[in-house]
Amino acid sequence: MAYALQQLINGVALGMIYGLIAVGYTMVYGIIGMINFAHGDIFMVGAFVSLISFVLLSAGGWAAGPGAVLLVLLVSMAITALYGWSVERIAYRPLRGSFRLAPLISAIGMSIVLQNFVQVSQGARAKPIEPIIQGSVELWHGNGFSVSLSTMQIVIVVVTLAVLAIFTWLVTSTKLGRAMRACEQDRKMAGLLGIDTDRTISITFVIGAALAAVAGTLYLLRYGLADFFMGFIVGVKAFTAAVLGGVGSLPGALLGGLLIGLIETLWSAYAGQDMFLLRELNPAYKDVAAFAILIATLIFLPSGLLGRAEVEKV
Amino acid sequence: MSGARLPEGPHLGGVPHNDDGVPAPGEMGGIPRGPEAPAPRPPLVHALRDAGLAALVALGLFVPLVGLRTDVGPSGGGLILRTRWADVAILVGIVFAGRLAMNLWSSLRPAGRPRTARRTAQLARIGTFVAPLFLAFAVLMPLLPWTTRYGLDLGVLVLTYVMLGWGLNIVVGLAGLLDLGYVAFYAVGAYTYALLSTTYGLSFWVCLPLAGIFAAFAGMLLGFPVLRLRGDYLAIVTLAFGEIIRVVLLNWVSLTGGPNGISGIPRPSFFGLSFSAGGGPGSFADFFGLEPSPTHRAVFLYYLILVLALLTNWVTLRLRRQPLGRAWEALREDEIACRALGINVTNTKLTAFAIGAMFGGFAGAFFATRQAFVSPESFTFIESAIILAIVVLGGLGSQLGVAIAALVLIGGFEAFRDFEEYRMLVFGAAMVVIMVWRPRGLVSSRKPSVALGERKAISGDLVGGGHG
Amino acid sequence: MSAPILQVRELVMRFGGLTAVNRVSFDAMAGDITAVIGPNGAGKTTVFNLITGFYKPSAGEIILHGPAGQKPLHATVGHRIARSGVARTFQNIRLFPGMTVLENLLVAQHNTLQAATFFGIGAAFGLGRYRQAEREAVALARRWLEATRLLDRADDPAGALPYGAQRRLEIARAMCTNPVLLCLDEPAAGLNPRESEELAELIRLIRDGGCSILLIEHDMGVVMRISDRVVVLDHGQKIADGTPAEVRADQRVISAYLGEGDEDDAPSVPAEGAA
Repeated sequence: MAYALQQLINGVALGMIYGLIAVGYTMVYGIIGMINFAHGDIFMVGAFVSLISFVLLSAGGWAAGPGAVLLVLLVSMAITALYGWSVERIAYRPLRGSFRLAPLISAIGMSIVLQNFVQVSQGARAKPIEPIIQGSVELWHGNGFSVSLSTMQIVIVVVTLAVLAIFTWLVTSTKLGRAMRACEQDRKMAGLLGIDTDRTISITFVIGAALAAVAGTLYLLRYGLADFFMGFIVGVKAFTAAVLGGVGSLPGALLGGLLIGLIETLWSAYAGQDMFLLRELNPAYKDVAAFAILIATLIFLPSGLLGRAEVEKV
Repeated sequence: MSGARLPEGPHLGGVPHNDDGVPAPGEMGGIPRGPEAPAPRPPLVHALRDAGLAALVALGLFVPLVGLRTDVGPSGGGLILRTRWADVAILVGIVFAGRLAMNLWSSLRPAGRPRTARRTAQLARIGTFVAPLFLAFAVLMPLLPWTTRYGLDLGVLVLTYVMLGWGLNIVVGLAGLLDLGYVAFYAVGAYTYALLSTTYGLSFWVCLPLAGIFAAFAGMLLGFPVLRLRGDYLAIVTLAFGEIIRVVLLNWVSLTGGPNGISGIPRPSFFGLSFSAGGGPGSFADFFGLEPSPTHRAVFLYYLILVLALLTNWVTLRLRRQPLGRAWEALREDEIACRALGINVTNTKLTAFAIGAMFGGFAGAFFATRQAFVSPESFTFIESAIILAIVVLGGLGSQLGVAIAALVLIGGFEAFRDFEEYRMLVFGAAMVVIMVWRPRGLVSSRKPSVALGERKAISGDLVGGGHG
Repeated sequence: MSAPILQVRELVMRFGGLTAVNRVSFDAMAGDITAVIGPNGAGKTTVFNLITGFYKPSAGEIILHGPAGQKPLHATVGHRIARSGVARTFQNIRLFPGMTVLENLLVAQHNTLQAATFFGIGAAFGLGRYRQAEREAVALARRWLEATRLLDRADDPAGALPYGAQRRLEIARAMCTNPVLLCLDEPAAGLNPRESEELAELIRLIRDGGCSILLIEHDMGVVMRISDRVVVLDHGQKIADGTPAEVRADQRVISAYLGEGDEDDAPSVPAEGAA
């Protein structure tokens, strides 16, 4: 029981990170109807910028305190947002209103570019980083097991919720948010009503990238590693989260992220254990589990958990 | 790399219409965007300002990731930093110069001329001459005196991708079903041959059709659940399917050998004559009284894949003129109208998946016999992306375009073999550039399958991209 | 004139909480032109989508009296409805724009052609029987191209045709499936008066060829001129059913169109060219 609770906590922390990335997918899909294939790699860039910033700070002799983490977070958000903006500007905007498959191929190309750009500039080896946020709170203790909540997990949950709160306020209560929602409903009409749709779309990418940077920073802090290929699999899982929650729905993205994080963690923890049917499962298939959920969701629940159902127009 | 490259065509006037610059990571010196409405020609000042802004953005992009290189320290402890400001300066300079050149060039150049129907027809006519030339070259290539062993191997590689491209073209180009997991069928074919030949000792010629059949079944297996999906959803599910197959291959160690793969796969024989290096009785060289040479096998493999590729092409061209092929294209154009006309959409989609997968399976069996070794590493998502890129860059549905795209991409990829680490970077950049330059691919026009009078090429702008 | 070709019985269609079609019953007689009219949002297109199998009805029956006997359309899957002899066009034209006019018409004959190819296998080897079948298919296409005055555009892409020609092509394509019942969803929408007149002529020609017609139309001029029978829907319910003259005199029809005492229904006065 204690073990299960511990896994639950781990799963929620991981799920928060997926949720942050999923929001970026959902926003972009909502507004221009394309899967931003490079979004997982934007997350990777965010992790790298944080990594470099941390190393730079420690080389400069700054103590690794909350101030340093906050500073790194902001730097990473800014630089990664610039990457998000550039990707949209170079690879997607010229293809607006063009042939349907073109942006998708362009996005795949962009994903390859980002991965290999980081590989070339930062090397192919995985980069480890010393733990920065340490310590934990023991919640429960007894018969050989204990349930603890690490400071890192607290930070993940607090930062994610804070960032998403700001973001929700932005989307629901500001002029910018209104423009974004208008573009999502009907881009042509929004344009006719005087909304600068290009600018709104750019801002959407910027915000999505900034959220991915937060996710990248948290991921780096939690797992202590960054490599140029990390964006692909995390990206697919985050996309799964977005689909599971219902594309276009922001609470759905977070909910989907939490579910995927939980499923993945529980699969790793329990598959192969000597209990009931679990011994038949292979922990190595945790990614397959995520993909299988993606496929199952799209087939049985195409509008996701919190998405709007669409009626086929004839 | 492409700093001064300027696009043609109506989509991309290439005239910058406001003053925010286009930043460019790395080699992508600046890809122009297509403003909806032509803007006033920027004077020099404007061009400079724009290029300056682009350089500023580039500075922001490159300072952390290029300027500050992290490396694992010698002690294995923390990371150490190395600064590379010179590299940043060079890159930013390239972006500035590229953007400036682009701005100036677009202000000098007349506005892009629209692609007229006549030009489409002209291109199509050129195509009818180019295709036989390509074919003649492909057939004669191994016999040419200056063809090296390397050239032959490259030819085999290009032809493998041509075949994969043609196979995927059935699914994506004709039926309009976006498939990002095509490599799964390639893998099924390869492992089918690898397992059947190493376990049961079946010959290549027995396994080849079996590989196709197994892959076709895998295609239907994928096809069933995704029948109702549309658009990018279909893409992502097929991607997931491809990854599932790969992860299973990786982890089902007892059957597939896991990450170690399967080695010692038998090489194909020529009607029972083997290509053993030492010659000997029963070998190809012995039978024909030739000096044993490893080139024989290379030439044989070359012709084998050429024949397989041409088979794919022949079947596709044939089917295009049949009800089934027309139904695929109709499905791409409008699924609802298809249903209203009594076309069984389910079966039509499934046959497209199955037939496309079958050719992927053939190619996979060929791959296994050529390499004599298969492992999950050869079937990653990036392979699917490359094959799809070949199809889309070549022009959906165009057999010639796909062949040219395979030649350009795979050949170009090989040309960068000396710059190993930049290869994929340039490859990805090329994908973006070509898409921005010609969103519909190199050959975008479509040829009607039947006509009362003259067959006129149909401009790509009218042809649908499919819903899925 | 006497036997019904299509019987709609107590048809109900609900979308979530909304009842778009509420217990609608009517007959369409063989050899007749039956028009379904009603204000915007009356449920006409929904009825069409139910008949042609794009929606499954929540309740009720749709029976087709085709050449092969009775066929319960409400229990038949989409593409089989077309095979049993019901063809349709769409309010917003749905052609295959990247295929030529002739190809559009051959796709419509998919099932006949496919059968002649032994389901694709024979065709790959170019069997003679397929060639024969294709020749016949082209001949049928040519006949409908002549009827719709599109013969000279046969090798042009459908997407490049002017609007009126696209409308005609869609009808020609539906006719190439050899239907016993042709369902036309606002065929006159967007046509000028002369084109509407030609369209009415074409519809009559099709009717005289033995194909019954079910028609949704806003252009009252066309409806009143060519229909043998008119069914009026409002708010998902049938409010009148009879000859054009009878319907025109019906008090409920008039008030439905004038939107009497009704807030949410935009008044749409029956007028020439209202589309």
